[in-house]
Order: sequence, then structure tokens, then C-alpha cells
Amino acid sequence: MSTDPTAELRAEVDRLVAAAREGDRAAFDELVRRTYVDTYTLAMRLTANEEDARDVVQESYLRAWKGIKRFRGDAQFSTWLYRITANAAATLVQKRRRRRAESLDTVDEPIDTSIEGQPEAAAESAIGLEDLARAVAALPPKLRSIVVLKDVYGLSHEAIAEDLGISVAAAKVRLHRGRKRLRDVLFEEGGRSAHAV
Amino acid sequence: MRCEDVARMLPETVEGTPVDLAMQTHIESCLRCQAELARYRRMLRALQQLRTRFLEPSPSLLAQTLATLEEAGERHAVRSLLSGRRLAYAGAIGGAALATAGTAAALILARSRRRTAVA
Repeated sequence: MSTDPTAELRAEVDRLVAAAREGDRAAFDELVRRTYVDTYTLAMRLTANEEDARDVVQESYLRAWKGIKRFRGDAQFSTWLYRITANAAATLVQKRRRRRAESLDTVDEPIDTSIEGQPEAAAESAIGLEDLARAVAALPPKLRSIVVLKDVYGLSHEAIAEDLGISVAAAKVRLHRGRKRLRDVLFEEGGRSAHAV
Repeated sequence: MRCEDVARMLPETVEGTPVDLAMQTHIESCLRCQAELARYRRMLRALQQLRTRFLEPSPSLLAQTLATLEEAGERHAVRSLLSGRRLAYAGAIGGAALATAGTAAALILARSRRRTAVA
């Protein structure tokens, strides 16, 4: 009899979530063990700073534990956690901005240990993923968070706007600017001469 | 429509958002804009690939996160205990105050009745 490992994993996560909702801390700790690398990766992509990412991870799990009873399972647990992480990162970035001038050129580069090496896909894309990650990290925080949440993690404009505390229109404008700036960095093309067709 | 007009709109049309006819006609006949659209599409595909490129945190992160949760749990438990005790103290004080007030009222009532009887 063959079983779908993905379905099994999802069922296991569902079981852990159900137990955590009943107040089972051991079940929640297990959820943390299974998801913290993913959460850290998102936090790093959003903050582009190792220390901030660690703070965001801890804050996100604290918020998740406090709010786990409110998680109804409409979305996947991972998506719910992404949204909490996005919100925690936005809060932290705002606080940090008040305290220090941002120096985006001193971004910590953590070790990339992709568990799904996709050399063919990377070659096909013709954009080095290392370069891309660096270019994303160098975006201004407001643009970076939208590009990461929308284009990397596939969240909707509505969800992003809610989590970052901005309007849907503002989220769309920032995405537009973020993509444009990223394109300029990646393809190093300095302006195009207009010609009517 | 001009290339620069198309270029301005490309970042949001790259996902397949419906475009107006003028823009579509321009792109179909303009190699430069076709190339630009292809760049955006490649960029978007590459961004989607970042989703599965995990970054390895330092080994202490998991332990610290679990410890933070543990501490928060303990703080919550202490706070619940304290607020429970506080409620108990408040209840006891309130009860004592009520009993004192009742006794005082009864004494005053009894004294006033006695005075009325003497008169």
C-alpha cells in the first residue's frame, strides 16, 4: 500500500496544531522544531539582518503560541505563521528604524543550504539566485517586504496589506516599485530611449 | 503607445494581469518590449525559486526560541497565580468590610430602637 509522504506530513502537522490548540506545549515545541528554518528564512529575507531575523523568529513563535487558539485551519499552518512573521518583522523594522540609520550595504550573508537544489531551474532562469537574494536584501525595507511576501511566498495583496498595516493600493504601488528597482539592479540597464510604434 | 509607457506598466502585468489592447498590440510588434517582458518573467520565476532556498540559522536559535517560550509560559503562570491570589485577597477584604458594615448597621439600628422604647 503506497502512502503520500506530503499528505502524511500535513496530517502530522494538523495533529500537532490540534494538540497545541488544546494547550499542549510539547506539541507546539514540535511545531517549532519542524518550522523554524522556514520561519528564519522568511525573517532573514524580510529583515536582511541576522540579529533582527533571530528576534523576529522568537517573537513570531511567542505570538503564534498566544494566538494558536484563534487558528481555525482555514489556511495552512505555514501560511498562518508566515503572516505572523511578516507582522513581527514589520513591527521590528519600524522600531529599529527609529533607533539606527539603516546601512543596507552591510547585510549579513548567512550560509545558503538549499534543501531543494535546483541547478537546472536556476540555469534556466538565467538569474543567479545568490545575486537575486543579495539584490532583494538591498531593497529598501518597505519595498523588500512586499516583494518577498508577494513574489517569493505568494501571499495575496489583501493579506500583505493587513499584516503590514497598509492599504491594498499602497501594497500594489510598493510591489510595482520593488519589482522595477529589482529589475534595474539585476539587468543593469540604465534607462531606455522611448520610441513610438 | 510608447515603449516607456509599456515599461511603466510591465511590473504589474507580468503576472498575467489583463492588459489593454493598445499595450498588447505594442508588445506584439516591439522586440524591445518583448525582451523587457521576458526579463520580468525570468525575474519572477527566479524569485519563486527563492521560496525553497532555505537559510540555515545558527544552531543556538532553536534552543533560544524554545527557552523564550518556556520563560513566557512561566511568567504567564506566575501572573495567573498572582492575579488569582489578588482576587482571593480582594474577596476576603471585601467580605470583611461587608461584615463590619453589617454589624455596625445592626448596632446602630438596635441602639435607635432602644432610645425610641425609653422615650
